[in-house]
Amino acid sequence: MAGTGLSHLRICDFTGQLAGAGATKYLAAMGAQVIRIEDPVRQGRWDILRGMPPYIDERRGVNLSGAFNNHNVEKLGCTINLRTEEGRDLVRRLIAISDAVTENFAAGVLARMGFPYEEMVKIRPDVIYVSNSGFGATGPYRTFKTWGPIVQAVSGLTFSSGLPGMGPAGWGYSYMDHHGGNIMAIAVLAALLHRNRTGEGQWVDMACTEGGAWLNGPTMLDFTVNGRPLRRPGAPDSNHSDSPAMAPHGIYPAAGEDRWVAIACRDDADWAAAAEVVGEPWAADDRFATLAGRLAVQDELDRLVAAWTSTRDRAEVAAALQAAGVPASIVATPEDRIDHDPGTEAWGLWPWVHHTEMGDVRVDGLPVHLSATDWEISRGGPCLGEHNDIVFGDILGLSEEEVDGLREAGAI
Amino acid sequence: MSDETTVAPGALDGVTVVELASDAAAFAGKLLADLGADVVLVEPPGGHRSRGYGPFAGDIGDPERSLWFWHYHTSKRGVVLDLDDAGGAAAFARLAAGADVVLEAEPPGRLAGLGLDHGDLRPANPRLVWTSLTPFGRDNPRSAEQATDLTVLAGGGPVWSCGYDDHSIPPVRGGGNQGWHTGSLFAVMGTLTALVVRDVTGEGQHVDTSLHAAANVTTEAASYEWLVARATVQRQTARHAATRPTANTDALCADGRQVNTGVPPRSAAELEGLLRWLDDLGGRERFDDHVLLQLGVERGGVQIHEIFDDAEAMAIFGAGREAVQFIASQVGAYDFFVGAQTLGLACGIIYSPEEVLADPHFVDRGFAVPVEHPELGRSVTYPGAPFHLPRSPWRIRRRAPLLGEHQDEILGR
Repeated sequence: MAGTGLSHLRICDFTGQLAGAGATKYLAAMGAQVIRIEDPVRQGRWDILRGMPPYIDERRGVNLSGAFNNHNVEKLGCTINLRTEEGRDLVRRLIAISDAVTENFAAGVLARMGFPYEEMVKIRPDVIYVSNSGFGATGPYRTFKTWGPIVQAVSGLTFSSGLPGMGPAGWGYSYMDHHGGNIMAIAVLAALLHRNRTGEGQWVDMACTEGGAWLNGPTMLDFTVNGRPLRRPGAPDSNHSDSPAMAPHGIYPAAGEDRWVAIACRDDADWAAAAEVVGEPWAADDRFATLAGRLAVQDELDRLVAAWTSTRDRAEVAAALQAAGVPASIVATPEDRIDHDPGTEAWGLWPWVHHTEMGDVRVDGLPVHLSATDWEISRGGPCLGEHNDIVFGDILGLSEEEVDGLREAGAI
Repeated sequence: MSDETTVAPGALDGVTVVELASDAAAFAGKLLADLGADVVLVEPPGGHRSRGYGPFAGDIGDPERSLWFWHYHTSKRGVVLDLDDAGGAAAFARLAAGADVVLEAEPPGRLAGLGLDHGDLRPANPRLVWTSLTPFGRDNPRSAEQATDLTVLAGGGPVWSCGYDDHSIPPVRGGGNQGWHTGSLFAVMGTLTALVVRDVTGEGQHVDTSLHAAANVTTEAASYEWLVARATVQRQTARHAATRPTANTDALCADGRQVNTGVPPRSAAELEGLLRWLDDLGGRERFDDHVLLQLGVERGGVQIHEIFDDAEAMAIFGAGREAVQFIASQVGAYDFFVGAQTLGLACGIIYSPEEVLADPHFVDRGFAVPVEHPELGRSVTYPGAPFHLPRSPWRIRRRAPLLGEHQDEILGR
């Protein structure tokens, strides 16, 4: 049972992957009735996650992906064959009773399937249509294809993550698929608020690469105002911090294989407290007393801090610094933060869902709690066509015979 | 989507927000303000510390020249209030009483200690949505811990997945204070959700947002590989961390710049396109395995499942990957990007952030926008909208407020 806050809303949902499905997962967990439409002919495999690991056991198939389940909890799933007139008619009937239509196909794909915005408006004049593609619906790259790492490359986020002289480290996952979904959810909600006030719907054209480029603002201003590009010797240097300026600030080795601890001294008081925790003569060096002094010899300071941390347990270092009021954290492994973190446990961050074929599985929860109408996640992602009877029967009001007829006609 | 020249009100027109200046929630306030809300930024006497964050315009360290402050406080109005002073506290309470949203990132307990928390102020304004963005949430076993963007991303999971193949090199925090951005995006999602709910119920509520939780659920497979299969991903250079090593996806081009080569080509059309591209570059025979590409065309491409158990398919797939790397080495990064995309291959040029602004596509869509800075006697180019809302446009309405700039018009009312 999902939350109840948005239970007055219905979404006609063509999204997939994470960049789109993440948006409607959020809305579904908050209570919206999200009706996910998939293609029966290709078994929903437009969303490549349907066939992707991880799997809970040795079974394989379009209903058994842990990735798909994670991004589609609390949604209803139905199959509609848009190649058929009967299928297109079902979509028209769903649009007529939906507050928003969402999709993240390549630009123009839904229009070619018969549903350009102009057509949706004829069906429902105040419809909110949110399209999310790599480069948006206009511009010379509108037909270009992307997935998360491509969005990150083009928007500057791959480049801005790295150590001096090492080349880009980039993001070790589709960071912009997450934020593509989050920005898309914001677009849906903003358009709903506009409609509540004015009665107007609209087509929101979202380009994931613009959403990504927008996440490096001060760096862009350093160029547009000061003419200083990030493509310069010594940059990027993203484990250090110059905006705001801090030192020491970095990820330091700890005892054990591939074990690390992050330390950030925000100001002179943080450093004085950290130096006390370190308790070695070098830490009392006057050169380190001021931020300007520490920044001037930042690499030397990093080597000294690293030598101190490298023989110590990462959790003990973090705890000792935190006890002194200094920001520090282990570099948490997935196991650390999912199975051994009182913070995520108390938050309820990893809810169990029941999935019809997989059984009970844990998924990502949401990082917001609303005091009156909170989210809830307990139903697993839909198997292919799992809720056809609910969607076509209960929601659209078709009889069993009519649904059987659609099935025989290959429309669902 | 629209060529309207008149400027319509934003989607959040009529929504008033009181924002206590902070590092973590500044971006959330900018989103609300650029979406049309009237956001009043409340700074402490002397200004919020972020006025001291570089870089600075002209490299002149001045509280009115912080580019960090400029970027994160667009479209807002500004006042100065000392919440530790009775008069300042009363003024803040008055602002909250007339607001739709309070947005704050104060350490848990601080506002309650001043009698200025949502429990104190919401009774006078039941419609108020109160959004908190704190490192671990308001009421959590770890709420008292200190945090920065770095420690949030290290403890929340993203850092574990980012870095280089060589694990003697530290893992990497992505640049740009993305931990704050991640928390801010969720804070806005929660705030807008509460406003949509209020349109039905008439009641506001508290939106408790955790930076740590936000980072934790923004790690893609790192979380669900563990949740589902108890497998741990390992970081790799400039590509997805994975439970098993994967081939590199970055390539160095003839101009010394890099591209992401994406998923290797498999279809007959893609492989045929590579052969034509090789011909254009001086002859397919310059690429040793061109025969394998031709074989791939003749067998109608390669299916993904064949790559694992069919030796010929495996060889063709490998040749496609090598051909992409070879072509990249022969052309400039931009030409590779556009050429590959024209063939239908999802590849990307690795831009530095500022290079995006001049790209023809971003120019065509009007991504960069001018913002007037009267004190400088000129406008400054800012990154613009994350999406096009034609009937209620996202828009930077004005530069960030000077310290106390709107004191009289807001508090004098």
